[in-house]
Formats: sequence, C-alpha cells, structure tokens
Amino acid sequence: MSLALVLEQLLNGVQFGLMLFLMSAGLTLVFGVMGLINLAHGSLYMIGAFLCAAVAGATGNFWLGLVGGIAAAAAAGALIEVVVIRRLYTRDHLDQVLATFALILILSEGVRMIFGPFPLYLNVPDMLRGTVSLGIVEYSRYRLALIGFGLAVALGLWALIARTRLGIQIRAGESDREMIAALGVNIRALYTIVFALGAALAGLAGALVGAIQSVQVGMGEPVLILAFVVIVIGGIGSIKGAMVGALLVGVIDTMGRFLLPRIFASFLDTSQAMGIGAALASMLIYLLMALVLIFRPKGLFPAHG
Amino acid sequence: MAEPVLSLKSISKSFGALKASDDVSLTLHTGEIHALIGPNGAGKSTLMGLVSGKLTPDSGSVWLDGTDVTGLSVARRARRGLGRSFQVSSLIPDYSALRNVMLALQACQGHSYRFLRPVNRDSALRDGARSILGRVGLGPRASVEAATLSHGERRLLEIAVALALAPRCFLLDEPMAGLGSEGTARLVGFLRELKREAPILLIEHDMDAVFQLADRISVLVYGRIIATGTAAEIRANPQVRAVYLGEDAT
Amino acid sequence: MDNLRKEWLLNALLAAALFMVPFWAWIASEPFIITLATRIAILAIAGVGLNIALGLGGMVSFGHALYLGIGGYVAGIAAHHAFHGTPILGLPGTNQMLPIWAIAMLFSGAIAAIVGALSLRTSGIFFIMITLAFAQMGFFFTLSWPAYGGEDGLPIFMRNQFPGLNTARPWELFLVAYGVLILTLGVFATLRAARFGAALMAIRQNPDRAAAIGISPFGIKLVAFILSGMITGLAGAMMADLTRFVSPAMMAWTMSGELIVIIILGGVGRLFGPVAGAAILVGFEVFFGGLTEHWKLWLGLVLLAVVLFARGGLIGLIAGRAQNG
Repeated sequence: MSLALVLEQLLNGVQFGLMLFLMSAGLTLVFGVMGLINLAHGSLYMIGAFLCAAVAGATGNFWLGLVGGIAAAAAAGALIEVVVIRRLYTRDHLDQVLATFALILILSEGVRMIFGPFPLYLNVPDMLRGTVSLGIVEYSRYRLALIGFGLAVALGLWALIARTRLGIQIRAGESDREMIAALGVNIRALYTIVFALGAALAGLAGALVGAIQSVQVGMGEPVLILAFVVIVIGGIGSIKGAMVGALLVGVIDTMGRFLLPRIFASFLDTSQAMGIGAALASMLIYLLMALVLIFRPKGLFPAHG
Repeated sequence: MAEPVLSLKSISKSFGALKASDDVSLTLHTGEIHALIGPNGAGKSTLMGLVSGKLTPDSGSVWLDGTDVTGLSVARRARRGLGRSFQVSSLIPDYSALRNVMLALQACQGHSYRFLRPVNRDSALRDGARSILGRVGLGPRASVEAATLSHGERRLLEIAVALALAPRCFLLDEPMAGLGSEGTARLVGFLRELKREAPILLIEHDMDAVFQLADRISVLVYGRIIATGTAAEIRANPQVRAVYLGEDAT
Repeated sequence: MDNLRKEWLLNALLAAALFMVPFWAWIASEPFIITLATRIAILAIAGVGLNIALGLGGMVSFGHALYLGIGGYVAGIAAHHAFHGTPILGLPGTNQMLPIWAIAMLFSGAIAAIVGALSLRTSGIFFIMITLAFAQMGFFFTLSWPAYGGEDGLPIFMRNQFPGLNTARPWELFLVAYGVLILTLGVFATLRAARFGAALMAIRQNPDRAAAIGISPFGIKLVAFILSGMITGLAGAMMADLTRFVSPAMMAWTMSGELIVIIILGGVGRLFGPVAGAAILVGFEVFFGGLTEHWKLWLGLVLLAVVLFARGGLIGLIAGRAQNG
C-alpha cells in the first residue's frame, strides 16, 4: 500500500465530505430555523442532478446545466415549501417524517414520469478532464475542482450567515422566533428563502456529483441518510457542526472501506478479510453516530442550550 | 424540635455565571405550611426543580424523612413520598379526571409492570380514585377528560393527584394561579385541612393567601433566603420590606 | 351510536373481511389473492409490534425494519442449515415454525433491548435518527456479509412447517398468519388496558407528570420497545416464510418508513390500525399498481393528504378520536 494511494483515498474522503456538507448545510439550516425534519431533501439533490444532466445534454454546456440544476432545485424547494412544508412547522416530528416521506414518493415518481426509467449521464466538462499532479499523486482534476467548489461554497455560506442582513435574520430565527416576528421580519418569506437556499445547495451537490455517478431516480436517498448522520453527529442546527460532521463522515467512510479489508487481510485469508472488512466498513459511520449520540446526546456542536 | 420531614442543606446551583440558588437551607416540619415567596426571577422554580429532583445541585443536599435523596431521580423521590403539583397544570390530557387519579394511585401502590389485568376492573384503584375526587369536589366531573376541564377544575385535579400519592409532604407550585377569588378562598380552606395530613411546601404568588395560610414564610431574593419567620415577623422585617414589599410601595 | 361502539364494529368487520378474503379467492379461483391476504396479515403483525412503541409509547422508531430483518434472517438461516444438514454453532438447523418464531423473538428482543437502552437516552429527532442508524447498520451488515447470501439474499427452498398443517398450501399458511395476528392483537389490547398500558400512554402524553407521580419513563419505555421489537421480529420470520426469501431489503430504511405508513394510514395507537393500514397499503399497491406503473405517486399523494388532513387514519375517520377514558 503506497503513500500515494493513501493520499488519493484521503482526498477522495475530503471531496466526499464536502459534497455531504452541501447536502447537510441545507438540512441543518431548515431544522435550526424552522424545526423541520425534511426527508425530501434527497429529492432536491436528485432534481438538481437531473436538470443539470438534461440542460447540459441539450446545450452541450456543463456550466449552463449546473445553473439549470441549481435553479430547478431552488424553484422546486420554494414550491414545496409554499404548498406543503409550510403546514408542517407546527406539527410533531412524526407528521414531518411522514409528509416528507410522501414527498419522496411523489417527487421520485414525478421525475421518473418526466425523464423515463433509465439513468442519464452527465459528462465532466472538458476543462476539468484528466488528472493533475500533486507531487506524489496524480489526482482527478474534476474531484480536485469539487474540493475547491465545496470550500468556496462553505466560505460563501459562512459570509452569508455572518455578514448579511439575511444571515442576521436566520441567526435570530434560530434563537427566537417570536423576536424576529416582533422586529417586523416577514417570517413566511424568510422561511421560504431559507428552504429554497437549502434546496439550491442540495441541487448543486446533486449536479456536481452527477458527473461522477449515474443520474437516476433514488440517487438522493443514500446521500440523504448520510447527511442525516452528518448533522446528528455535528449537532442539529449548527453549520459548523455540519462541516465537521461531513468531513468526519466523508473521510472515515472512505478510509474505512479502503483500510479495513487490508487490515483484516494481514491476519485472515483474503476472501474472509474482504467480507468482514467490507461489512465493518459499511457500518462504521453509523457506529460513529451511535457513539456520538450516546456520549454527546445533542451532537458535537449543539446549536441550542 | 422533631426531625424535619423535608430539609434542604446549603443547596447551591448555578447556570453559567448566574447563581440561581445560593446556599439555601430550609426545613419543613410535620403539620406546617411553609411558604416560599420572592419576586420574579428570585429562583423559585430552580429551587422547586432541586427539591423535586428535576435538577441536581452543584453542592448541598436534599433530605426527605431523614434520608439523603440528593442523587435520586424525580420518579424515585416521588415514590419516597414527595407529592408535587405543577405551576402550569400538567395532567395527562387524554385521560379522564378519574384515570389521572387512578394512575397516581397505581404509581404509589407498587409498580406499573403489570401486563394482564385491565385497570378498569381494578376496583381498588377505581374506588380509591373516586373517593379522592370526592374530597376535592370533583366527584361529578370524574369521567371528563382532563383537557376539557375548566382551569379551576384542573387545579383541583392537580391537588387530587398529589393526594392520591399519600405523600410524606406536598410540594405545591402556585396552586392558586389563575383561580378567581372564590376559587382561591375554597382552596385556602382546603389546604388548611390538608396540612394535617402532610406538611406543605408552598410556592405562591398570591400574597393574601400566603399570609393567611403559612405557618412560616421564607423570602427568596436573587437565589438567597434573606429571611424566614412567621407572617408577622416577615411583615415586620425591614430587609424584606426594603427588597420585596418595597416594590409594591413604589 | 357512540364512537367506542363504532370502533368495535369496524374492528369486527375488518377481522371478518380479512378472514373471508381466501373464501372469495377460492370461489373466484384466484389463489394469488390468498397470498395477498396472508401478506396483509403478516404486515399487520409487524405493524402491531410498531404500534406498541409508536402508538402507545410515542417512540417514533424509524428503524423497525431491523427487527423484521432479524426475524427474517433467523427463519432463513435456520431453514438453510436444516436444508443442507449442516450445524450452526453446534446446533442443527430447523424447519419448524414454532421454535423458529421463539428464536426470532428472542433475538429481535435482545437487539431491541440494546438499541432501546442506548436510543432512549435521546429524544425527538435524535431518537428518530439513532434508531435509523442502528437499522442501517443491520442493513449494511447483511448486505456485505457473504456467509448468508450478502446482497443476493438467502432463499428458503422448503417452507418451514407448522404442526398439523401443510404450510405449502396458501390457504393453510393464511390460517397460521391469521391466527398469529389475532393473538398479537389480543396481546396489544391486554397490554393497553393493563397498568403497563396506562403508564405507557401517560408517559407519551406527559413524561414529566409521570415521573412526578413516581413512574420512571425510561424503564416502562424500554420494556415497551423490547416487546415491540419482538412482535415485529416474529412478523419478519413469517414474512420470510411467505416469500421464501430473505434479503437485506427487509432491513432497508424504506421498509421502516412503510411500517410507520401502515400505522398512520390505519390509525396511530388504534387496536386495528395496523390491520386497516396494511390492507390499504397492499390493496393500493395491487389496485393502482395494475392501473399505472406510477402508483407510488398516488400513494404519496394519499399519504400526504392523510398526514395533513386526516390524522386519525382510517379508523379515526370512521370512529372519531381514540377513547382512553
């Protein structure tokens, strides 16, 4: 096992973690500000990927596709918020889980009706094809770009929340809903904007990841569950927690799948080691989440006291 | 003097920089009503939480009937005889008045890990609950769901639930809150009888009721007890007048 | 007619209707329908299990597919070893339903005890997520563990046996499932009416009050969670025998979602809620699945409408609010 291989896997882990962050940021914002569990967040990821693939396919331009994917996810998010989600803020978690579970069924079948049952393919833009040399390792140019993208969006999100008027309202909304109403902020509009913002981030993640995976119905749910693991580990409602949790999950999952079978192979025969190693690796992040919840029942960075 | 039923020994509790309870000591003896008064934010709810077991103190201890209960949970303290009523009515909303009291009887007469016999046919629970409801004057309302009872009736049901626990002492958190003058007068009469059954630690905003009822009064300000004494002594205490009654005078 | 009477009448009607389905199938000579009725009965048993935790105790477990899967794998593994004549941990396999059910309930109860003891330290959304996480562990474990089929699943070549019946005949297998369903409904009703149920439902509504009168919420909830897991595990063993196949899909998170959906469609905490819910779900799948390949879209819309506008489910719609008085 060479150092270059380990480094490559580590970078893959970071890249995966940053894409998870894009998913988790919206989820954690929506929970922090509106107190809502949104299972349909994965559907917005799917919508972003599908629209990106469709627009890129029609125009031949990945970047136009990306804009289309983000816009479609944000628009779908705003529409869902106004029609359905708005009625759920005062409901208990069970109702929220069920209603958004119903939304998954509706959106998945809707996308299948429009785009058909077969996966779409989205090509990496020409300028990001191939590899780039990072000293000892030749690394995929596109994945490296994803890392850059993820970091840039994280920075932008931080600036938005720390520095802008909207950010102040979001932070106020997390701590005291009555107060922002008293300050004359239009809560309905604020909630719609926050939800659409989260949707746009999910759509962006879907579109970016769509170029390295196939774009298909159901692609959102595995990522959704991982994003939940991320925000539970990080502390629900905390953007910082989402970042830390996402990187933890991304790196641990990637490195676990890479290292565990090799570690077991050092004292078991290969086929057995592969089996046990893979089984354990796939459970690793859930184990991590259970451990975090047992010792820190509100996550690593609890957002509220 | 006989050993107190309930005593707090040098209890302190802080939330960050805020000292919500600061070296509080207090006793409750058989046959008395000991009232705790103090302006808003004086730390009454914190103290209530420390006595009931919802909060654990940073230092000091809580004693019930001569045993240290500081480390025990809310439920275990209740089983040892701490009968608590809540400031905001806190009943089982979907249960009828009768079932609310039956549940309390069930909890104090042993355990809830019985899986077979229907509670409805448990005549010991039923009859016991009926007679307690009768005592507080809720007999005719036994089958009404707690959520649909009037505010005053819910306050009475709170007392009935506490009674059903046959506690060693009562912990009543603002039982008069929101009652009209008639309701308050009735409750004052009732509490006077109740204290013969078990002593009462009473947290109450209604000063008239407190001065009518309490055998002793403690005044809590900024987490500290600044004075303890009879109603007359508290009225005359210059420190209390300055800090507490002074607010009314201005 | 008061609501309590209406609910009893509706329950009797549901029980009778489910029992009559196989007769109808026999007259119409459509044996496939008997299998559907068996599926409804088994899903309903799983739902009764979840209804103890969720309906009575208010614990929103988003991972009950775990117990379904454990039960399923117990049945599958026992049958696998019985078929090949190989021992497991020194013991022979078995193809008898009764011991398989006992082992399935034992295992799912043990796992539910561990999951419950850890998860009940949290509440709200954290409880939902940690139960999901444990189920995902089970899902991925079975998916990547090669000994019993991994992601391909494990077939049961010969359906396990029930004393005195021929379980290879759909009609007799239905009788087994129906009998167990009635039994578990009896268990649910008895629990609910007993002191345990009174304490559990009180804790759901007001845990602080329950503690203040001396009922520790943790212990009562944990016992309810374990019983809940055991009954769902039993359903899993039966489900495996019905389909003669177990796979990780039994533990998928969508399965956990479906179990919750069953309870919601029928009526949360209602005795026959899971029966009504399972019948609606299976009926919907068969009826709309025959009309359009996009039937899940319509299921989603119906579910959304129930959550937003008819929170009592079918039984609540007909018989009004639950009576606990």
